[in-house]
Amino acid sequence: MASNDSSGWGSRVGLVLAMAGNAVGLGNFLRFPVQAIQNGGGAFIIPYLVCFLLMGIPLLFVEWSIGRFGGNKGHHSTPFILDSMDKRALWKYVGVFGIFTNLAVAAYYCYLESWTLSYVWHSIADSFGGQTQPEVANFFGNYVSLGTIEPIIFWILCLLLNTWILSRGLSGGVEKAAKIGMPLLLIFGAFLAFKAVTLQAGENGALHDGTLGLNFLWTPDYSTIWDAKVWLAAAGQIFFTLSIGMGSIQCYSSYVKRKDDIALNAMSAGWMNGFVEIVLGSAIIIPIAVGYLGIDGMKQLLSEGGGLGLGFKTLPYLFEQWGSLLGVIAGVAWFGLLFFAGVTSSLAMGTPVMGFLKDEFNWKEKNAAWAFGLAVFLLGLPTVLFFNNGVFDEYDYWAGTVSLVVFALFEIILFAWIFGMKAGWDEINQGADIKVPVIFKYVIKYVTPLLLGWVFINSIPDIVSTLNHDKSKEKIAFYENAGEMKKKSEEQQKLLLKKSDFKQEYLNNSITSDEKLDKNKLISFPTYLLIKKERELSKIITDNTYRMSKIESENNTMLFKNVSRIFLLLLWLGIAYLVYLASRKLNLKKS
Amino acid sequence: MSAEGLTMMLATEITVTLITAFFFFKILRTPKKQEPDSFSKNDSE
Repeated sequence: MASNDSSGWGSRVGLVLAMAGNAVGLGNFLRFPVQAIQNGGGAFIIPYLVCFLLMGIPLLFVEWSIGRFGGNKGHHSTPFILDSMDKRALWKYVGVFGIFTNLAVAAYYCYLESWTLSYVWHSIADSFGGQTQPEVANFFGNYVSLGTIEPIIFWILCLLLNTWILSRGLSGGVEKAAKIGMPLLLIFGAFLAFKAVTLQAGENGALHDGTLGLNFLWTPDYSTIWDAKVWLAAAGQIFFTLSIGMGSIQCYSSYVKRKDDIALNAMSAGWMNGFVEIVLGSAIIIPIAVGYLGIDGMKQLLSEGGGLGLGFKTLPYLFEQWGSLLGVIAGVAWFGLLFFAGVTSSLAMGTPVMGFLKDEFNWKEKNAAWAFGLAVFLLGLPTVLFFNNGVFDEYDYWAGTVSLVVFALFEIILFAWIFGMKAGWDEINQGADIKVPVIFKYVIKYVTPLLLGWVFINSIPDIVSTLNHDKSKEKIAFYENAGEMKKKSEEQQKLLLKKSDFKQEYLNNSITSDEKLDKNKLISFPTYLLIKKERELSKIITDNTYRMSKIESENNTMLFKNVSRIFLLLLWLGIAYLVYLASRKLNLKKS
Repeated sequence: MSAEGLTMMLATEITVTLITAFFFFKILRTPKKQEPDSFSKNDSE
């Protein structure tokens, strides 16, 4: 179907910034440093860069080439872009992943993005001023539990903003947003990184220098390099960070003409993402968290809620220690940075869906943008309403993790082995402003597919375990097993006794409520968390009703997760049906 | 910071920054291609 595309890129810098903005997301700041810490510190950068060279860059070349090839045949979404490369029906339906992933990821990602917008507002309003660490953490808990209507308002605002920008087209909307968002992101990131790295022990309540956190993150543990899990984590990080396997890169590059470069553009956008992740991403949350909480405290918090927990539950409190004005500025910079990282990515998720509707069903730009907004609203509603029941995580796992690997594996096979490496290599080099080293021809043909296959095969046990709800079943078994709980309780007690600021009275019955514990500012946050855990365990051991409620809650979580899976499967099938209809329409027109 | 950590951090960050700057400046300095190209802002020039 010929495209009714009136849109395109305004400038080359705009295209590169939009593509870099697509890749730079919240994971650059919240996921990468955590992955590095958990996988060998500074040594993690070795598998990370190897995977970037052998999987990231080759896939960037492939996706940019595929996109430009399909775009020049009038298609801007993966079902028909892949169809233009090989006429077998299979590829159209493989291309469904390139729309499915964008819709399903946007459904939960826009909610996450709206938190950052809301936290910018709360930073300006100084909502966290005078609050204790647990109170700031509870604020987040109440927020996602929908204690007020505010999360829904911010989520809808965020959806409206995305839709409005998308409705203004590529050069008038997406590109302008990237040209504003990316420089601001870099300025905010540089400011926070400077503050974090220059944090001094004893200044503004900091216990340690910020460089202690950097040291912890960057000191290499070379023994981990031979661990397959570390390589899998590095490969996974490369996937998430570059937005490969999603279908959005292909869509953006489909608006590039055949004689224009893609090789230099791909390298520039890819390395720009690497810069934000490695240089800025590693220099913010870990140095600040270690500066205030120490290495143990930071590790404890990461085990509680990962980078997301650290970023939303703890950082607002730590910024407050910098004084009221600087605290507000830091809060706005941090959540503003996350917002710009998020919005430039979610905009990229809208364009393939719009491209599909415009090309194959002759929809107008504005109507396609509003249809995307409405679809994200409907699909995202369960992630907002049932966040605490695991719906958000389920979307993230199937659409934001498994689907990416499956799609990337198929597309590299199509490009290197079916479309053929000779034609593929010509596509990459067509109009190129740099000379692509010939070694990449062989890397794309042999190494990248093998590496992707290895990542996929290694993911299978986790997929099976997730399908079987093994984690929920483990939790249920734990709540049913009194012996296991007592053992865990003894371990917690031992850990507590080691804490210098722990007093037995904290566990006394006279302190019955968590509120009283929350108000006790004499203990450190790690001790506070341990006391809370110990209390929770005591409650589980002694209170049968509470234990039964936990088991029931886990059963509910499994039910919600199953419903989410069915929902996602129906979404995939629905898009596949639309592809079938469009394909039939196309065949009728041809005949 | 330990010498090992500092070396790893500086080596990585300087390399990544230089490569990023190199590619971005190359984009800025590459002459525009003849019309019609992919970018509407070049059209009016």
